[in-house]
Amino acid sequence: MSHVPGMIQSIERSSAVLRLLAADPDRLRVKEVADALGLPKSTAHSILRTLEHVGFVEQDPRTARYRIGRGLLDLGTAGIDANELRGRALNWADTLAARSGEEVRLGVLRDGLVLVVHHVFRPDDSAQDLDTGVRLPAHATALGKVLLAYSATAAAPAGGLDAYTRRTVTAREPLAVELAAIRARGWGLSAEEWRPGLAGIAAPVRTSGGLVVGAIGIAGPVERLTDTRRQARPALVEQVVAAARSISREVQS
Amino acid sequence: MSYVLAIDQGTTSTRCILFDRRATVVSVVRAEHPQSYPRPGWVEHDAARIWRDVRRLMVKALRAAEVEPAQVAAIGIASQRETTVLWDRATGVPVAPAIVWQDTRVDASTIDPDLLKSRTGLPPATYFSALKIQWLLNHTPGLRERAERGEVLFGTMDSWLIWNLTGGRHLTDVTNASRTMLMNLSDLEWDPDLLRTFRIPRAMLPEIRSSSEVYGTAETVLPGVPIAAAIGDQQAALFGQTCFEPGEAKCTYGTGGFLLMNTGTTPVRSSHGLITTVGYRIGSERPVYALEGSIAIAGSLVQWVRDGLGLIGTASEIETLAGTVRDNGGCYIVPAFSGLFAPYWHSEARGVIVGLTSYITKGHLARAVLEATGWQTRDVVDAMNADSGLALTALNVDGGMTADNLLMQIVADFLQVPVVRPMVAETVSLGAAYAAGLAVDYWSDLRDLRANRHRAGSWKPALDSGRRATEYADWRRAVECAVLFSRP
Repeated sequence: MSHVPGMIQSIERSSAVLRLLAADPDRLRVKEVADALGLPKSTAHSILRTLEHVGFVEQDPRTARYRIGRGLLDLGTAGIDANELRGRALNWADTLAARSGEEVRLGVLRDGLVLVVHHVFRPDDSAQDLDTGVRLPAHATALGKVLLAYSATAAAPAGGLDAYTRRTVTAREPLAVELAAIRARGWGLSAEEWRPGLAGIAAPVRTSGGLVVGAIGIAGPVERLTDTRRQARPALVEQVVAAARSISREVQS
Repeated sequence: MSYVLAIDQGTTSTRCILFDRRATVVSVVRAEHPQSYPRPGWVEHDAARIWRDVRRLMVKALRAAEVEPAQVAAIGIASQRETTVLWDRATGVPVAPAIVWQDTRVDASTIDPDLLKSRTGLPPATYFSALKIQWLLNHTPGLRERAERGEVLFGTMDSWLIWNLTGGRHLTDVTNASRTMLMNLSDLEWDPDLLRTFRIPRAMLPEIRSSSEVYGTAETVLPGVPIAAAIGDQQAALFGQTCFEPGEAKCTYGTGGFLLMNTGTTPVRSSHGLITTVGYRIGSERPVYALEGSIAIAGSLVQWVRDGLGLIGTASEIETLAGTVRDNGGCYIVPAFSGLFAPYWHSEARGVIVGLTSYITKGHLARAVLEATGWQTRDVVDAMNADSGLALTALNVDGGMTADNLLMQIVADFLQVPVVRPMVAETVSLGAAYAAGLAVDYWSDLRDLRANRHRAGSWKPALDSGRRATEYADWRRAVECAVLFSRP
């Protein structure tokens, strides 16, 4: 097989495996794939397992044969179903709410806005309503800023940068600077940028390859989430980041 | 800091969870055990393997949280119910594979239903332990004689684990005993007439204790730690959900659904085919009873849509698909895959999909799938309200399907009461921990336990009553179709 410097051989081989599977109406065995491409069986197996891990191929549990996976059929969608994401996040979101004492939301980016896909009440038994399905402004919330920071094109959200409070970041450049800072430290804060008195801390949920598919965060009174210098409280940041990491592991397994 | 260790010995896996005083999960460890299907209808477990898993997991749970054995205030055991273990008193070795509750090798049709119901609160069914014990005694040469001499012992999983942990105490609790078909519900003792009917020697049975008391201390794994609770898994979930008042109920949504309602200190006999069972008993206090109804097909209907029809890739996608439409479009699914259970009781009924027109899409089908679980819950709740004279004011939910927000909203709409999800999802383990913690004064009383309870989410009924009534009437007609389609 030709090898052009600067090209990644395993991607070439993976592409060949995908083309082979797509061309065949039947499911294929590892050996059939290996023979067709002139690869050692162990190499073909590693490639198939990796492609299965990212959802591009599927293995029939009974026959152990492979075919093209659903993940390749809906490449244009977000990478994970929002309800699936909630199912994977459920226990970790509860733990985050119990530890932090604050309400927890899990959000995904939809049309430049944050769609809340899961909401856990603040554990104080006050009257609260489920926010699931609600859309929040991306540039004014911690969840949204985290999602914007890791999206390739949405750094310029649709609908303009409306001001919700006098602290909302409404200019493109300062927002870009802040998104870069979020990428550098791996979490985001919004302090009274959406609602006066309210703050949020959020971190990204990643699937394999580092693709960000959502964000999880806590929200609560600004004095509980930040110190007197309006800096996020490190203990809370640690809890949010730990929850995001656990959910990421859960999503990748 | 001290902790309570819960063992949840379930049908497919065992978990050990360490809880702190605020009832937060400090560590969780889990191991699956193999299911053995030696013949059609048979389901067996290797009890010795399960005991090895429990030993290993107890140590692992402590290590994961960096907790010393001296910091464990008590151990509580929740377990799969009815599964039957017989072992040799002298060697502690099981004399046969454990017969699991799902196993259908026995025949329940010869039992006098009136006698059984009046003494035990149970309908004749293959689940319960007595017939499984009888089968082993009849089919293992010499076993009956050894059992009569007291050389062979019976226990459900709780007894088996307590025996091993304490180095030879032979005990069970009222909730587990209430699932054997051998315990009299009014005095909570083994019933001599039933023992005679099933030809089961008294000498092989454990002593019946409360669900929350110190049975003894561990001789092994965590020496010196009190073993202070044993409780059936569904009852443990009721206790973990802190359903301490009559009329309070919980539903665990998994492949099926288990709904239990606290009915207070006198047993309520059902006229709708629900099970009367002991909910829990704390030390020498009066026992608290419960009505139990099950939804045979809930999550398993979603699995069928995934694996049987291939309409979705993962179970969670049923909600996404159902979310593509505003209503069921007139389509109803009655998942009577193996008959209709409470309150209908038609074992010959088969599943139907009705109301099909060319308008119906897979979205409507997905919606009808979720609604089927909602209506089945409503059917069981209606029967419970009628039997108990109580009116359910809220439904506490747990289990994997509570991640499905649309389903939870549907349940709230159909029941017309709020549906509440608690912060601690591991309600079975939490119930065992609570019962154990109470016995050693780790928690002081039920109010203390209630204070730990926090709502993680709740769904309020939002469907208008006229619409609900019409939909319900349609569901009942769909159920009639399932009955009509059955072979006599």
